[in-house]
Amino acid sequence: MNLGPHADFIVAAYAVTVFAVAALVAWIILDHAAQRRILGDLEERGVTRRSQRKD
Amino acid sequence: MAVIDLANPTRFLRIVDRVLPWLAAATVLAFAFGLARAMHAPDDYQQGATVKIMFLHVPAAWLGMMGWGLMSLAALGTLVWRHPLADVAGKAAAPIGAAFTFICLVTGSLWGRPTWGTYWVWDARLTSVLVLFLLYLGVLALYWTAEDPGRGSRAAAILTLVGAVNIPIIKFSVDWWNTLHQPASILRMGGSAIDPAILWPLLIMAGAFTLLFFTLHLAAMRNEILRRRVRAMRLMQAQELGA
Repeated sequence: MNLGPHADFIVAAYAVTVFAVAALVAWIILDHAAQRRILGDLEERGVTRRSQRKD
Repeated sequence: MAVIDLANPTRFLRIVDRVLPWLAAATVLAFAFGLARAMHAPDDYQQGATVKIMFLHVPAAWLGMMGWGLMSLAALGTLVWRHPLADVAGKAAAPIGAAFTFICLVTGSLWGRPTWGTYWVWDARLTSVLVLFLLYLGVLALYWTAEDPGRGSRAAAILTLVGAVNIPIIKFSVDWWNTLHQPASILRMGGSAIDPAILWPLLIMAGAFTLLFFTLHLAAMRNEILRRRVRAMRLMQAQELGA
């Protein structure tokens, strides 16, 4: 594939897009893991939400 | 199941857990297909291979605007019906919409240099998209820095509805003012002005980006629901310790 005389601009555009999307995906995955871990810690310590209480 | 059932966060989380892997797989497949078509699309007779930047720039622009539209609907849900899931949807969409608008601005700039001879010009289309990006940053600042999340959400919802005025300005800026940016060539009266050999890869890439947006949005909504549960549990814990 020949990208012509402006190949640098095309490659830079795709690189920036890949970087931005990868950063967004990584942030969402890491955030999910962090929230799950904190919830697990709280539940282990016996903390519950009001809606989870039986009495 | 009625649509209203989705408004229950616990049920919503169950559905998201089930749907998300399929949505992610569909996104990857759509991008694989779209990128293969985009890389084999012919060069433009004037712009040459730089037309390949369009396959990123145009979908990112559409989704940057769609994100704000989605946030505007969510803002109505927050302010009028005070539904917590509407607020979750608005807050989760903001960073994703901001990222797509950022991609639109950067790829547009990289496309502008070889075609127009400049990275940036203060014309109506470019400036109104920059305003959209700054509005996204403003909403994020309100969501992320408010001490009282409820007040932060209401302030962000009001800013979102005020900022919605900018969406038609972006769309029609190329018709209302004399701009360096080209006029609408896809969504316009009389049909698309783009050759099908380039239009089809663009539409497939737009579909892939849309799938990506909704995959990320659902995942971010799930995170936000979990974050609110953490906050609720910590408040309960603090109350118990104080009692």
